[in-house]
Amino acid sequence: MATLAPALRRLHLSSRFILTSSTFRLALLYMLLVGVSVAILLGFIYWSTAGYMARQTDATIGAEIQGLAEQYRRRGLAGLSAVIAERIARDPEGASIYLLADPSGHPIIGNLDSWPPVTPDAGGWVRFRARQAQGEGVSIEHETRAKVFRLRGDLRLLVGRDVRELAAIRHLILDAITWGLAITVGLALLGGWLMGAGIVRRLDVVNQVSREIMQGDLSRRVPSTGTGDDFDQLAENLNRMLERIEALMLSIRQVSDNIAHDLRTPLTRLRNRLELLQGAELSDEASAEVEVAIADADELLSAFNALLRIARIEAGSRRAAFAEVDPITLLQDVAELYEPLAAESLQRISVDSTSALCRLHADRDLLFQAVANLVDNAIKHSPSGGQIQLRADCTQTRVELSVTDEGPGIPPELRDKVLQRFFRIDESRAAPGHGLGLSLVQAVAQLHGAELHLEDAGPGLRVRFCLPRVAASA
Amino acid sequence: MRVLVIEDDAQLSAYLAKAFGEMGANVDLADNGRDGLFLAAGNPYDVMVVDRMLPGLDGLAIIRTLRASGNATPVLILSALGEVDHRVEGLRAGGDDYLVKPFAFSELHARIEALMRRAPPGDAPATHFNVADLELDLLKREVRRAGQPIALQPREFKLLEYLMRHAGQVVTRTMLLENVWDYHFDPQTNVIDVHISRLRAKIDKDFDQPLLQTVRGAGYMLRAD
Repeated sequence: MATLAPALRRLHLSSRFILTSSTFRLALLYMLLVGVSVAILLGFIYWSTAGYMARQTDATIGAEIQGLAEQYRRRGLAGLSAVIAERIARDPEGASIYLLADPSGHPIIGNLDSWPPVTPDAGGWVRFRARQAQGEGVSIEHETRAKVFRLRGDLRLLVGRDVRELAAIRHLILDAITWGLAITVGLALLGGWLMGAGIVRRLDVVNQVSREIMQGDLSRRVPSTGTGDDFDQLAENLNRMLERIEALMLSIRQVSDNIAHDLRTPLTRLRNRLELLQGAELSDEASAEVEVAIADADELLSAFNALLRIARIEAGSRRAAFAEVDPITLLQDVAELYEPLAAESLQRISVDSTSALCRLHADRDLLFQAVANLVDNAIKHSPSGGQIQLRADCTQTRVELSVTDEGPGIPPELRDKVLQRFFRIDESRAAPGHGLGLSLVQAVAQLHGAELHLEDAGPGLRVRFCLPRVAASA
Repeated sequence: MRVLVIEDDAQLSAYLAKAFGEMGANVDLADNGRDGLFLAAGNPYDVMVVDRMLPGLDGLAIIRTLRASGNATPVLILSALGEVDHRVEGLRAGGDDYLVKPFAFSELHARIEALMRRAPPGDAPATHFNVADLELDLLKREVRRAGQPIALQPREFKLLEYLMRHAGQVVTRTMLLENVWDYHFDPQTNVIDVHISRLRAKIDKDFDQPLLQTVRGAGYMLRAD
């Protein structure tokens, strides 16, 4: 069950993705193109087979009428009747239809019982079902195509052919064409789907890796199939780009970490010298200056320490300090520690939780540090009299800690940036702080496999810290 | 006061020797683990400062050896490694306190003082503290100044208790965070100052003699001048 659910979700996601992907739309277009081409081709085949046969029949009928008209002109009604009788006799199956009628439509001679009740078109062509008497009480019906011709003396001559067989053949050809078209469309659709799905699957891998990288795991790489095709080349290029980005970021980070590390010792020495100076006999003025100098050194040291701390947490070697932590107590401790500070700005800190019993596997000190940094920010940015809410929401699988303030919030486009080291929204950098607080929170989140979300609390900022929960038995 | 410093960084140990000298202490220096252990085993020191990483013999090994032989001299471990798990490891090996390099001397000083003032094991734990006319009774959970009861929040009580246990000594903000709040972390703002001023408002406000004093650049001290 546990392994099935994500698989189903993936399937659902990927099928939705296929329908919206441009690749699949292209495949659909391709199918349409193939379908139309094949339809035109089959139409031509139909025209040149069934159509040819129909034209042949029409030509034969036309020629026969010309012949019979000639007979009438030369030999008169009697001659014509004789020829018709002779031809009817030659064709016992009744494949050829003849009917000579007087002006009122009464048959004179022919193998039709009566004049068919149809109006001929401009060319004199008619199509009807002919009924022929076939001996005693038996008659058969013919699907008939015929032409009507007016002879001198207003006699009407009808010559036709039984086209039953022609219709059957045409039906057969049409059937074949319809099936052929359906199969072609089906195959094109299937091919398009397979092709689209294949491309989407490979794009999906690239997208998945990109998402993971955007979530901060810059060490991920796009896998290649080893065939050296276009996708492999794309993967290789992306990977090379990522390597370059990673190297650049690492060098920037290392430079700042090295500066912090190398300057920390002389800075401490400087601070200690100032401290010794403070113990000496100094004028009040000099002593005050020394005190300010010590405070400045402390501020620098605190920035350096924070930087190194982030670097060490990111190195991920701290999991040894993980233990069971009660997040609600932790939130209450943070609230208790910061409550007097908030009270100075008439702000209130509240702690809520959905359930009383909740345990986490976490580094207690680091988690405290992260929440403390968030509360510290909330106090700095909330207006006087504002409310700061701390919440712990525990579900079966995860624990969500959140800090919500009533400050101005963070514009969506800056939400990623504020997690970077030394980034500050306030460009004048006049406010106290070194712009490392949220970077540290982010590092702590990563160490815990937690997700960090910055959201609009309308008004204010809500920071959610979602941690995977420790199993009850662990 | 006799102090043993086992530290291989010559610059740092010279500095420590000078600073402890100014405090009026006798300082012995060792620049490697073997010499350090030899000195520590053979002399009665009041406190030892031991670097964690030493040539010859590891700092933690020295402490384990001393503790195994029944030596209970307070030990402060110095380390370039700031990780909490290293800290826990150091305290588990028998260290009494842990300080990450580089450190402010005022921090080291305050911690050394706190270590030396610690009640020797075996003594009955104190339950009643006095500083001038300020009294704190752990059993009754009561605080009085000049006989007047003062109502304190639980954390304020704990804060005052720690300050009274270390009356006359400088107590740094980090020490308060670690011991009163029991979290090892780095506050971005001086939250501790606000707690101190609240406590000060309760115990000092209506009295002529201020007891809770700020030591510039270092921390706080509770004392009767």
